[in-house]
Amino acid sequence: MKKQIKFYSGNIAAAEGALVAGCRFFAGYPITPSSEIAEHMALRLPQVGGVFIQMEDELASMAAILGASWGGAKSMTATSGPGFSLMQENIGLGAMTETPCVVINVQRAGPSTGMPTLVGQADIMQARWGSHGDYEIIALSPFSPQECFDLTIKAFNLAEEYRVPVIVLMDESVGHMFEKVVIPPKDKIKIVERKKPTVPPEKYMPYKAEDFVPEMACAGEGYNVHVTGLTHDEKGYPQATDPEVQDRLVRRLCDKIRKNEKKLRDIEEYEMDDAEVAIVSFGISARSSKAAVRLARQRGYKVGLIRLKTIWPFPDEYFEKLADEIKKFVVVEINYGQIKLEVERNVGRDKTFLLPKMGGEIHKPDEIYRKIKEVYNGN
Amino acid sequence: MRIEIKFGGFGGQGIILMGNITARAAAIYDGKNAVFTPSYGPEARGGAASSNVVISEEEIDYPYVTNPDILVVMSQGAYEKFAPILKDDGLLIIDEDLVKLKNGEGKVAKIPATRIAEELGKRIVANIVMLGFFTGVTKLISYDAIKKAVLESVPARFRELNEEALEKGYRQGIEWQEE
Repeated sequence: MKKQIKFYSGNIAAAEGALVAGCRFFAGYPITPSSEIAEHMALRLPQVGGVFIQMEDELASMAAILGASWGGAKSMTATSGPGFSLMQENIGLGAMTETPCVVINVQRAGPSTGMPTLVGQADIMQARWGSHGDYEIIALSPFSPQECFDLTIKAFNLAEEYRVPVIVLMDESVGHMFEKVVIPPKDKIKIVERKKPTVPPEKYMPYKAEDFVPEMACAGEGYNVHVTGLTHDEKGYPQATDPEVQDRLVRRLCDKIRKNEKKLRDIEEYEMDDAEVAIVSFGISARSSKAAVRLARQRGYKVGLIRLKTIWPFPDEYFEKLADEIKKFVVVEINYGQIKLEVERNVGRDKTFLLPKMGGEIHKPDEIYRKIKEVYNGN
Repeated sequence: MRIEIKFGGFGGQGIILMGNITARAAAIYDGKNAVFTPSYGPEARGGAASSNVVISEEEIDYPYVTNPDILVVMSQGAYEKFAPILKDDGLLIIDEDLVKLKNGEGKVAKIPATRIAEELGKRIVANIVMLGFFTGVTKLISYDAIKKAVLESVPARFRELNEEALEKGYRQGIEWQEE
Protein backbone atom coordinates (compact mmCIF):
# COMPACT_ATOMS: atom_id res chain seq x y z
CA MET A 1 0.00 0.00 0.00
CA LYS A 2 1.22 3.48 -0.86
CA LYS A 3 0.96 6.50 1.39
CA GLN A 4 -2.30 8.39 1.20
CA ILE A 5 -2.89 12.11 1.43
CA LYS A 6 -6.15 13.16 3.06
CA PHE A 7 -7.73 16.44 4.00
CA TYR A 8 -8.97 15.90 7.54
CA SER A 9 -10.05 17.87 10.56
CA GLY A 10 -8.15 17.09 13.75
CA ASN A 11 -11.11 15.16 15.11
CA ILE A 12 -11.41 12.93 12.04
CA ALA A 13 -7.63 12.49 11.90
CA ALA A 14 -7.62 11.32 15.53
CA ALA A 15 -10.40 8.81 14.82
CA GLU A 16 -8.53 7.47 11.78
CA GLY A 17 -5.34 7.28 13.82
CA ALA A 18 -7.15 5.20 16.42
CA LEU A 19 -8.33 2.76 13.74
CA VAL A 20 -4.83 2.41 12.31
CA ALA A 21 -3.52 1.77 15.83
CA GLY A 22 -5.93 -1.13 16.10
CA CYS A 23 -8.77 0.41 18.11
CA ARG A 24 -11.78 -1.85 17.75
CA PHE A 25 -14.00 -0.60 20.54
CA PHE A 26 -15.37 2.87 21.17
CA ALA A 27 -17.83 3.79 23.89
CA GLY A 28 -18.78 7.40 24.24
CA TYR A 29 -21.33 10.08 24.82
CA PRO A 30 -21.15 12.78 22.17
CA ILE A 31 -20.20 16.24 23.38
CA THR A 32 -19.16 19.39 21.54
CA PRO A 33 -16.45 19.92 20.34
CA SER A 34 -15.46 16.24 20.25
CA SER A 35 -18.61 14.80 18.64
CA GLU A 36 -17.10 14.26 15.19
CA ILE A 37 -14.82 11.63 16.72
CA ALA A 38 -17.77 9.59 18.00
CA GLU A 39 -19.65 10.18 14.75
CA HIS A 40 -16.72 9.01 12.66
CA MET A 41 -16.06 5.97 14.85
CA ALA A 42 -19.76 5.03 14.61
CA LEU A 43 -19.38 5.01 10.84
CA ARG A 44 -15.98 3.38 10.59
CA LEU A 45 -15.79 0.79 13.37
CA PRO A 46 -18.45 -1.53 11.90
CA GLN A 47 -16.55 -1.42 8.58
CA VAL A 48 -13.47 -2.92 10.23
CA GLY A 49 -15.26 -5.41 12.47
CA GLY A 50 -15.20 -3.22 15.55
CA VAL A 51 -17.88 -2.15 17.99
CA PHE A 52 -19.27 1.32 18.65
CA ILE A 53 -21.57 1.91 21.59
CA GLN A 54 -23.24 5.15 22.48
CA MET A 55 -23.44 4.98 26.26
CA GLU A 56 -25.84 6.62 28.69
CA ASP A 57 -23.16 8.93 30.03
CA GLU A 58 -19.43 9.44 30.42
CA LEU A 59 -19.09 7.36 33.60
CA ALA A 60 -20.38 4.38 31.71
CA SER A 61 -18.31 5.21 28.63
CA MET A 62 -15.10 5.09 30.63
CA ALA A 63 -16.20 1.90 32.40
CA ALA A 64 -17.02 0.27 29.08
CA ILE A 65 -13.64 0.96 27.51
CA LEU A 66 -11.89 -0.50 30.57
CA GLY A 67 -14.02 -3.61 30.27
CA ALA A 68 -13.38 -3.89 26.54
CA SER A 69 -9.65 -3.63 27.14
CA TRP A 70 -9.83 -6.51 29.62
CA GLY A 71 -11.75 -8.38 26.96
CA GLY A 72 -8.68 -8.00 24.75
CA ALA A 73 -9.66 -5.06 22.55
CA LYS A 74 -7.86 -1.79 22.06
CA SER A 75 -10.43 0.72 23.23
CA MET A 76 -11.05 4.44 23.27
CA THR A 77 -13.47 7.17 24.21
CA ALA A 78 -13.59 10.85 23.31
CA THR A 79 -15.08 13.73 25.22
CA SER A 80 -14.70 17.34 26.31
CA GLY A 81 -14.48 19.14 29.68
CA PRO A 82 -17.77 18.26 31.40
CA GLY A 83 -17.55 14.66 30.17
CA PHE A 84 -13.89 14.44 31.13
CA SER A 85 -14.88 15.41 34.69
CA LEU A 86 -17.35 12.54 34.81
CA MET A 87 -14.71 10.10 33.58
CA GLN A 88 -12.23 10.84 36.33
CA GLU A 89 -13.34 8.15 38.76
CA ASN A 90 -12.94 5.40 36.21
CA ILE A 91 -9.69 6.84 34.87
CA GLY A 92 -8.42 6.19 38.39
CA LEU A 93 -9.75 2.65 38.16
CA GLY A 94 -7.91 2.30 34.85
CA ALA A 95 -4.68 3.51 36.45
CA MET A 96 -5.09 1.16 39.44
CA THR A 97 -5.97 -1.88 37.31
CA GLU A 98 -3.33 -0.93 34.72
CA THR A 99 -5.76 -1.05 31.86
CA PRO A 100 -4.51 0.09 28.45
CA CYS A 101 -6.95 2.57 26.91
CA VAL A 102 -7.07 5.98 25.26
CA VAL A 103 -9.17 8.98 26.27
CA ILE A 104 -9.33 11.94 23.90
CA ASN A 105 -10.27 15.24 25.49
CA VAL A 106 -11.01 17.94 22.93
CA GLN A 107 -10.74 20.86 25.33
CA ARG A 108 -13.24 23.68 25.32
CA ALA A 109 -13.46 26.72 27.57
CA GLY A 110 -14.57 25.94 31.12
CA PRO A 111 -15.18 25.66 34.02
CA SER A 112 -18.44 23.72 33.99
CA THR A 113 -20.32 23.90 30.68
CA GLY A 114 -18.41 27.10 29.91
CA MET A 115 -18.21 27.81 26.18
CA PRO A 116 -19.16 24.57 24.44
CA THR A 117 -18.15 25.56 20.91
CA LEU A 118 -14.99 27.47 21.73
CA VAL A 119 -11.41 26.63 22.52
CA GLY A 120 -9.79 26.10 25.92
CA GLN A 121 -6.66 24.42 27.31
CA ALA A 122 -7.51 24.41 30.98
CA ASP A 123 -7.79 20.65 31.60
CA ILE A 124 -4.02 20.18 31.83
CA MET A 125 -3.92 19.69 35.58
CA GLN A 126 -7.17 17.75 35.57
CA ALA A 127 -5.66 15.26 33.14
CA ARG A 128 -2.85 14.68 35.62
CA TRP A 129 -4.65 14.94 38.97
CA GLY A 130 -8.34 14.41 38.17
CA SER A 131 -8.83 11.15 40.05
CA HIS A 132 -8.06 10.56 43.71
CA GLY A 133 -4.97 8.87 45.07
CA ASP A 134 -1.41 8.74 43.77
CA TYR A 135 -1.13 7.64 40.19
CA GLU A 136 0.44 8.64 36.91
CA ILE A 137 -0.95 8.83 33.43
CA ILE A 138 0.51 9.87 30.09
CA ALA A 139 -0.87 12.89 28.20
CA LEU A 140 -0.02 13.97 24.66
CA SER A 141 -0.86 17.23 22.93
CA PRO A 142 -1.14 17.52 19.12
CA PHE A 143 -0.96 20.89 17.33
CA SER A 144 -2.23 19.91 13.88
CA PRO A 145 -4.53 17.37 12.25
CA GLN A 146 -1.41 15.45 11.18
CA GLU A 147 -0.34 15.18 14.79
CA CYS A 148 -3.87 14.25 15.88
CA PHE A 149 -3.37 11.23 13.63
CA ASP A 150 0.21 10.50 14.67
CA LEU A 151 -0.17 11.09 18.40
CA THR A 152 -3.38 9.07 18.68
CA ILE A 153 -1.46 6.10 17.27
CA LYS A 154 1.30 6.85 19.72
CA ALA A 155 -1.23 7.08 22.56
CA PHE A 156 -2.42 3.54 21.82
CA ASN A 157 1.14 2.28 21.62
CA LEU A 158 2.05 3.84 24.96
CA ALA A 159 -1.17 2.58 26.57
CA GLU A 160 -0.25 -0.95 25.51
CA GLU A 161 3.40 -0.63 26.47
CA TYR A 162 2.86 0.92 29.89
CA ARG A 163 -0.59 -0.46 30.67
CA VAL A 164 -2.02 2.91 31.54
CA PRO A 165 -4.82 5.19 30.34
CA VAL A 166 -3.31 7.66 27.89
CA ILE A 167 -4.98 11.04 27.44
CA VAL A 168 -4.84 12.86 24.12
CA LEU A 169 -5.26 16.50 25.12
CA MET A 170 -6.56 18.14 21.98
CA ASP A 171 -8.35 21.46 21.84
CA GLU A 172 -11.33 22.75 19.90
CA SER A 173 -9.17 24.64 17.41
CA VAL A 174 -7.00 21.67 16.53
CA GLY A 175 -10.08 19.41 16.48
CA HIS A 176 -11.98 21.54 13.99
CA MET A 177 -9.27 22.81 11.67
CA PHE A 178 -8.75 20.96 8.41
CA GLU A 179 -5.32 20.31 6.95
CA LYS A 180 -3.43 17.85 4.86
CA VAL A 181 -2.80 14.56 6.66
CA VAL A 182 -0.30 12.08 5.28
CA ILE A 183 -1.15 8.48 6.09
CA PRO A 184 1.98 6.37 5.72
CA PRO A 185 1.84 2.86 4.28
CA LYS A 186 0.79 0.31 6.90
CA ASP A 187 4.21 -1.31 7.16
CA LYS A 188 5.76 2.06 7.98
CA ILE A 189 3.58 2.59 11.06
CA LYS A 190 4.81 1.19 14.37
CA ILE A 191 2.10 -0.64 16.28
CA VAL A 192 2.68 -1.92 19.81
CA GLU A 193 0.73 -4.74 21.46
CA ARG A 194 0.49 -5.45 25.18
CA LYS A 195 2.87 -8.03 26.64
CA LYS A 196 1.16 -11.39 27.09
CA PRO A 197 2.09 -14.00 29.70
CA THR A 198 4.45 -16.71 28.51
CA VAL A 199 4.16 -18.91 31.60
CA PRO A 200 1.49 -21.59 32.00
CA PRO A 201 -1.72 -20.43 33.73
CA GLU A 202 -0.87 -22.00 37.12
CA LYS A 203 2.35 -19.97 37.29
CA TYR A 204 0.86 -16.66 36.14
CA MET A 205 1.17 -13.72 38.55
CA PRO A 206 -0.94 -10.97 36.96
CA TYR A 207 0.63 -8.06 38.82
CA LYS A 208 4.22 -9.24 39.10
CA ALA A 209 6.46 -7.05 37.00
CA GLU A 210 10.10 -7.48 36.12
CA ASP A 211 10.38 -4.09 34.52
CA PHE A 212 7.53 -2.06 36.07
CA VAL A 213 4.88 -3.30 33.61
CA PRO A 214 3.28 -6.72 34.24
CA GLU A 215 2.21 -9.09 31.48
CA MET A 216 -1.48 -8.87 30.78
CA ALA A 217 -3.76 -11.85 30.28
CA CYS A 218 -7.24 -10.94 29.14
CA ALA A 219 -10.53 -12.68 29.84
CA GLY A 220 -10.91 -15.90 27.87
CA GLU A 221 -7.23 -16.57 27.30
CA GLY A 222 -7.02 -19.41 29.84
CA TYR A 223 -5.55 -17.45 32.72
CA ASN A 224 -7.12 -16.39 35.98
CA VAL A 225 -7.98 -12.74 35.64
CA HIS A 226 -8.95 -10.74 38.70
CA VAL A 227 -9.47 -7.04 38.26
CA THR A 228 -10.02 -4.87 41.30
CA GLY A 229 -9.73 -1.23 42.30
CA LEU A 230 -8.76 -2.35 45.79
CA THR A 231 -5.09 -2.47 46.64
CA HIS A 232 -3.95 -5.85 45.32
CA ASP A 233 -0.91 -8.07 45.55
CA GLU A 234 1.03 -9.65 42.71
CA LYS A 235 -1.63 -12.34 42.38
CA GLY A 236 -4.26 -9.68 41.80
CA TYR A 237 -6.16 -10.35 45.00
CA PRO A 238 -7.23 -7.58 47.37
CA GLN A 239 -4.87 -6.84 50.25
CA ALA A 240 -6.70 -3.80 51.47
CA THR A 241 -5.19 -3.69 54.95
CA ASP A 242 -1.50 -4.25 54.22
CA PRO A 243 0.51 -1.01 53.95
CA GLU A 244 3.48 -2.89 52.50
CA VAL A 245 1.46 -4.16 49.58
CA GLN A 246 0.07 -0.64 49.13
CA ASP A 247 3.61 0.75 49.16
CA ARG A 248 4.84 -1.70 46.54
CA LEU A 249 1.85 -1.19 44.28
CA VAL A 250 1.62 2.61 44.36
CA ARG A 251 5.36 3.02 43.94
CA ARG A 252 5.29 0.79 40.88
CA LEU A 253 2.19 2.48 39.38
CA CYS A 254 3.93 5.86 39.62
CA ASP A 255 7.48 4.78 38.90
CA LYS A 256 6.61 2.96 35.69
CA ILE A 257 5.85 6.41 34.26
CA ARG A 258 8.19 8.63 36.33
CA LYS A 259 11.28 6.53 35.74
CA ASN A 260 10.54 6.43 32.03
CA GLU A 261 10.07 10.19 31.67
CA LYS A 262 13.08 10.54 29.41
CA LYS A 263 11.81 7.82 27.10
CA LEU A 264 8.37 9.39 27.04
CA ARG A 265 9.71 12.90 26.46
CA ASP A 266 8.58 14.42 23.17
CA ILE A 267 9.54 18.04 22.59
CA GLU A 268 9.88 20.09 19.44
CA GLU A 269 12.50 22.81 19.71
CA TYR A 270 12.27 25.69 17.27
CA GLU A 271 14.98 28.36 16.97
CA MET A 272 16.40 27.32 20.34
CA ASP A 273 20.11 27.15 19.41
CA ASP A 274 21.05 30.67 20.52
CA ALA A 275 17.82 31.58 22.31
CA GLU A 276 17.93 33.76 25.41
CA VAL A 277 14.19 33.73 25.93
CA ALA A 278 12.08 30.63 25.37
CA ILE A 279 8.38 30.41 24.74
CA VAL A 280 6.86 27.25 26.22
CA SER A 281 3.63 26.18 24.59
CA PHE A 282 1.58 23.25 23.27
CA GLY A 283 -1.46 22.46 21.14
CA ILE A 284 -3.00 25.30 19.16
CA SER A 285 -1.19 27.91 21.29
CA ALA A 286 2.11 26.61 19.96
CA ARG A 287 1.08 27.56 16.41
CA SER A 288 0.54 31.19 17.37
CA SER A 289 3.75 31.01 19.39
CA LYS A 290 5.70 29.76 16.39
CA ALA A 291 4.40 32.66 14.29
CA ALA A 292 5.40 35.05 17.08
CA VAL A 293 8.91 33.58 17.26
CA ARG A 294 9.28 34.13 13.50
CA LEU A 295 8.16 37.76 13.93
CA ALA A 296 10.55 38.30 16.82
CA ARG A 297 13.47 36.67 15.01
CA GLN A 298 12.94 38.96 12.00
CA ARG A 299 13.41 41.85 14.40
CA GLY A 300 16.54 40.44 15.97
CA TYR A 301 15.23 38.97 19.21
CA LYS A 302 16.95 35.75 20.24
CA VAL A 303 13.79 33.82 21.00
CA GLY A 304 12.92 30.17 20.58
CA LEU A 305 9.98 27.86 21.11
CA ILE A 306 9.76 24.74 23.26
CA ARG A 307 6.69 22.82 22.16
CA LEU A 308 5.51 20.06 24.45
CA LYS A 309 4.06 17.10 22.61
CA THR A 310 4.19 14.95 25.72
CA ILE A 311 2.67 16.99 28.54
CA TRP A 312 2.58 14.27 31.23
CA PRO A 313 4.93 13.10 32.57
CA PHE A 314 6.33 16.61 32.65
CA PRO A 315 9.97 16.86 31.49
CA ASP A 316 11.36 18.19 34.79
CA GLU A 317 14.95 17.26 34.06
CA TYR A 318 14.85 18.92 30.64
CA PHE A 319 13.72 22.25 32.12
CA GLU A 320 16.09 22.00 35.08
CA LYS A 321 18.99 21.76 32.65
CA LEU A 322 17.70 24.61 30.48
CA ALA A 323 17.37 26.89 33.49
CA ASP A 324 21.10 27.63 33.30
CA GLU A 325 21.09 28.46 29.59
CA ILE A 326 17.84 30.37 29.12
CA LYS A 327 17.28 33.69 30.84
CA LYS A 328 13.51 33.77 30.77
CA PHE A 329 10.62 31.47 29.97
CA VAL A 330 7.26 32.70 28.68
CA VAL A 331 4.46 30.18 28.95
CA VAL A 332 1.68 30.68 26.39
CA GLU A 333 -1.47 28.72 27.18
CA ILE A 334 -5.25 29.08 27.03
CA ASN A 335 -5.79 28.93 30.80
CA TYR A 336 -4.80 31.03 33.80
CA GLY A 337 -1.47 29.35 34.41
CA GLN A 338 -1.18 25.55 34.55
CA ILE A 339 1.90 24.50 32.57
CA LYS A 340 3.38 27.70 33.99
CA LEU A 341 3.33 26.07 37.44
CA GLU A 342 5.34 23.12 36.13
CA VAL A 343 7.85 25.36 34.38
CA GLU A 344 8.39 27.62 37.38
CA ARG A 345 8.78 24.59 39.64
CA ASN A 346 11.81 23.67 37.55
CA VAL A 347 13.36 26.97 36.48
CA GLY A 348 12.26 29.28 39.28
CA ARG A 349 9.58 31.88 39.75
CA ASP A 350 11.76 34.83 38.81
CA LYS A 351 12.44 33.33 35.38
CA THR A 352 8.90 32.30 34.52
CA PHE A 353 6.36 34.55 32.82
CA LEU A 354 2.80 33.78 31.77
CA LEU A 355 0.74 34.92 28.81
CA PRO A 356 -2.63 33.42 29.61
CA LYS A 357 -5.95 33.44 27.81
CA MET A 358 -9.11 32.45 29.61
CA GLY A 359 -10.60 30.63 26.62
CA GLY A 360 -12.95 31.27 23.74
CA GLU A 361 -10.15 32.40 21.42
CA ILE A 362 -6.52 31.66 20.70
CA HIS A 363 -3.57 34.01 21.09
CA LYS A 364 -2.78 36.27 18.16
CA PRO A 365 0.89 36.11 17.11
CA ASP A 366 1.06 39.89 17.66
CA GLU A 367 0.18 39.74 21.34
CA ILE A 368 2.74 37.00 21.94
CA TYR A 369 5.31 39.10 20.11
CA ARG A 370 4.52 42.08 22.36
CA LYS A 371 4.97 39.88 25.42
CA ILE A 372 8.31 38.62 24.06
CA LYS A 373 9.46 42.23 23.65
CA GLU A 374 8.30 43.14 27.14
CA VAL A 375 9.99 40.16 28.80
CA TYR A 376 13.10 40.42 26.66
CA ASN A 377 13.62 44.06 27.57
CA GLY A 378 13.17 43.23 31.22
CA ASN A 379 9.90 45.00 31.94
CA MET B 1 2.93 34.37 0.61
CA ARG B 2 0.06 33.92 3.02
CA ILE B 3 -3.35 34.51 1.46
CA GLU B 4 -6.47 34.70 3.61
CA ILE B 5 -9.89 34.00 2.12
CA LYS B 6 -13.28 34.29 3.77
CA PHE B 7 -16.53 32.91 2.35
CA GLY B 8 -19.79 34.22 3.81
CA GLY B 9 -23.51 33.74 3.26
CA PHE B 10 -26.58 32.02 4.74
CA GLY B 11 -26.55 28.63 6.32
CA GLY B 12 -27.74 26.25 3.59
CA GLN B 13 -25.96 27.93 0.66
CA GLY B 14 -22.98 25.60 0.93
CA ILE B 15 -20.63 28.23 2.31
CA ILE B 16 -18.78 25.75 4.52
CA LEU B 17 -18.32 23.38 1.59
CA MET B 18 -16.82 26.21 -0.49
CA GLY B 19 -14.06 26.65 2.08
CA ASN B 20 -13.48 22.94 2.37
CA ILE B 21 -13.24 22.45 -1.41
CA THR B 22 -10.96 25.46 -1.89
CA ALA B 23 -8.50 24.44 0.81
CA ARG B 24 -8.55 20.79 -0.25
CA ALA B 25 -7.87 21.74 -3.86
CA ALA B 26 -4.90 23.88 -2.80
CA ALA B 27 -3.51 21.37 -0.30
CA ILE B 28 -3.99 18.10 -2.11
CA TYR B 29 -4.10 18.88 -5.83
CA ASP B 30 -1.94 22.02 -6.04
CA GLY B 31 0.54 20.82 -3.43
CA LYS B 32 0.43 24.00 -1.34
CA ASN B 33 -0.21 24.38 2.36
CA ALA B 34 -3.80 25.20 3.26
CA VAL B 35 -5.91 25.37 6.39
CA PHE B 36 -9.68 25.40 6.40
CA THR B 37 -11.67 26.47 9.45
CA PRO B 38 -15.45 26.50 9.32
CA SER B 39 -17.21 29.01 11.53
CA TYR B 40 -18.35 26.93 14.43
CA GLY B 41 -21.14 27.89 16.76
CA PRO B 42 -24.74 27.23 17.72
CA GLU B 43 -25.97 28.25 14.27
CA ALA B 44 -28.48 26.61 12.00
CA ARG B 45 -29.87 26.82 8.47
CA GLY B 46 -30.83 30.35 7.49
CA GLY B 47 -28.45 31.92 9.97
CA ALA B 48 -25.09 33.42 9.13
CA ALA B 49 -22.46 31.00 7.87
CA SER B 50 -18.84 31.59 7.06
CA SER B 51 -15.76 29.58 6.36
CA ASN B 52 -12.11 30.51 6.23
CA VAL B 53 -9.15 29.40 4.19
CA VAL B 54 -5.49 30.23 4.51
CA ILE B 55 -3.23 29.27 1.60
CA SER B 56 0.54 29.58 1.58
CA GLU B 57 3.66 28.15 -0.01
CA GLU B 58 5.21 28.19 3.46
CA GLU B 59 4.22 26.53 6.70
CA ILE B 60 1.00 28.01 8.11
CA ASP B 61 1.17 28.70 11.84
CA TYR B 62 -1.77 30.84 12.87
CA PRO B 63 -4.71 29.02 11.29
CA TYR B 64 -7.45 31.65 11.36
CA VAL B 65 -8.42 34.43 8.98
CA THR B 66 -8.25 37.87 10.57
CA ASN B 67 -8.02 40.27 7.62
CA PRO B 68 -8.97 38.50 4.42
CA ASP B 69 -7.21 39.28 1.17
CA ILE B 70 -10.27 37.94 -0.60
CA LEU B 71 -13.85 38.09 0.63
CA VAL B 72 -16.51 36.07 -1.19
CA VAL B 73 -20.04 36.89 -0.06
CA MET B 74 -23.42 35.52 -1.05
CA SER B 75 -25.67 37.45 1.32
CA GLN B 76 -26.17 41.07 2.35
CA GLY B 77 -25.65 40.13 6.00
CA ALA B 78 -22.29 38.49 5.33
CA TYR B 79 -21.21 41.47 3.21
CA GLU B 80 -22.06 43.94 5.95
CA LYS B 81 -20.47 41.81 8.64
CA PHE B 82 -17.21 41.03 6.91
CA ALA B 83 -16.52 43.92 4.49
CA PRO B 84 -15.01 46.02 7.32
CA ILE B 85 -12.26 43.42 7.94
CA LEU B 86 -11.33 43.05 4.26
CA LYS B 87 -7.80 44.30 3.62
CA ASP B 88 -7.64 47.79 2.11
CA ASP B 89 -6.30 46.44 -1.17
CA GLY B 90 -8.34 43.28 -0.85
CA LEU B 91 -10.68 41.81 -3.43
CA LEU B 92 -14.42 41.59 -2.83
CA ILE B 93 -16.35 38.95 -4.79
CA ILE B 94 -20.15 39.10 -4.62
CA ASP B 95 -23.30 37.51 -5.92
CA GLU B 96 -24.59 40.70 -7.51
CA ASP B 97 -28.26 39.78 -7.09
CA LEU B 98 -27.89 39.14 -3.36
CA VAL B 99 -25.49 41.85 -2.30
CA LYS B 100 -26.04 45.56 -2.69
CA LEU B 101 -22.82 47.51 -2.28
CA LYS B 102 -23.03 50.37 0.17
CA ASN B 103 -20.20 52.69 -0.68
CA GLY B 104 -17.12 53.01 -2.82
CA GLU B 105 -15.47 49.64 -2.47
CA GLY B 106 -12.01 48.87 -3.76
CA LYS B 107 -11.65 45.99 -6.17
CA VAL B 108 -14.96 44.22 -6.73
CA ALA B 109 -15.84 41.27 -8.95
CA LYS B 110 -19.53 40.50 -9.47
CA ILE B 111 -21.44 37.54 -10.80
CA PRO B 112 -25.12 36.60 -10.60
CA ALA B 113 -24.15 33.15 -9.29
CA THR B 114 -27.55 32.17 -7.93
CA ARG B 115 -29.32 33.29 -11.14
CA ILE B 116 -26.89 31.27 -13.24
CA ALA B 117 -27.46 28.26 -11.03
CA GLU B 118 -31.22 28.64 -11.46
CA GLU B 119 -30.76 28.74 -15.22
CA LEU B 120 -28.83 25.50 -14.96
CA GLY B 121 -31.87 24.06 -13.21
CA LYS B 122 -30.65 23.83 -9.61
CA ARG B 123 -30.28 26.79 -7.35
CA ILE B 124 -28.23 24.66 -5.00
CA VAL B 125 -25.16 24.81 -7.26
CA ALA B 126 -24.85 28.59 -6.84
CA ASN B 127 -21.89 28.02 -4.53
CA ILE B 128 -20.13 25.99 -7.22
CA VAL B 129 -20.76 28.69 -9.84
CA MET B 130 -19.24 31.10 -7.35
CA LEU B 131 -16.25 28.80 -6.74
CA GLY B 132 -15.63 28.66 -10.50
CA PHE B 133 -15.82 32.45 -10.68
CA PHE B 134 -13.48 32.79 -7.67
CA THR B 135 -10.99 30.45 -9.34
CA GLY B 136 -11.07 32.34 -12.64
CA VAL B 137 -10.79 35.75 -11.00
CA THR B 138 -8.05 35.00 -8.48
CA LYS B 139 -6.05 32.24 -10.21
CA LEU B 140 -5.05 31.18 -6.72
CA ILE B 141 -5.94 27.59 -7.48
CA SER B 142 -5.59 25.76 -10.75
CA TYR B 143 -8.81 24.90 -12.55
CA ASP B 144 -7.78 21.28 -12.61
CA ALA B 145 -7.39 21.21 -8.81
CA ILE B 146 -10.69 22.89 -8.03
CA LYS B 147 -12.50 20.64 -10.51
CA LYS B 148 -11.13 17.51 -8.88
CA ALA B 149 -12.01 18.79 -5.43
CA VAL B 150 -15.54 19.72 -6.51
CA LEU B 151 -16.23 16.43 -8.25
CA GLU B 152 -15.15 14.31 -5.30
CA SER B 153 -17.40 16.37 -3.02
CA VAL B 154 -20.71 15.83 -4.82
CA PRO B 155 -22.87 12.75 -5.38
CA ALA B 156 -22.15 10.93 -8.67
CA ARG B 157 -25.50 11.79 -10.25
CA PHE B 158 -24.85 15.51 -9.81
CA ARG B 159 -21.32 15.53 -11.19
CA GLU B 160 -22.26 16.79 -14.64
CA LEU B 161 -24.37 19.59 -13.24
CA ASN B 162 -21.64 20.69 -10.87
CA GLU B 163 -19.02 20.54 -13.57
CA GLU B 164 -21.16 22.74 -15.76
CA ALA B 165 -21.76 25.16 -12.89
CA LEU B 166 -18.06 25.35 -12.11
CA GLU B 167 -17.11 25.93 -15.74
CA LYS B 168 -19.73 28.65 -16.24
CA GLY B 169 -18.48 30.54 -13.25
CA TYR B 170 -14.85 30.00 -14.20
CA ARG B 171 -15.34 31.38 -17.72
CA GLN B 172 -16.93 34.55 -16.34
CA GLY B 173 -14.04 34.85 -13.94
CA ILE B 174 -11.51 34.66 -16.75
CA GLU B 175 -13.51 37.29 -18.66
CA TRP B 176 -13.47 39.55 -15.59
CA GLN B 177 -9.74 39.15 -15.34
CA GLU B 178 -9.21 40.01 -18.99
CA GLU B 179 -11.20 43.21 -18.53
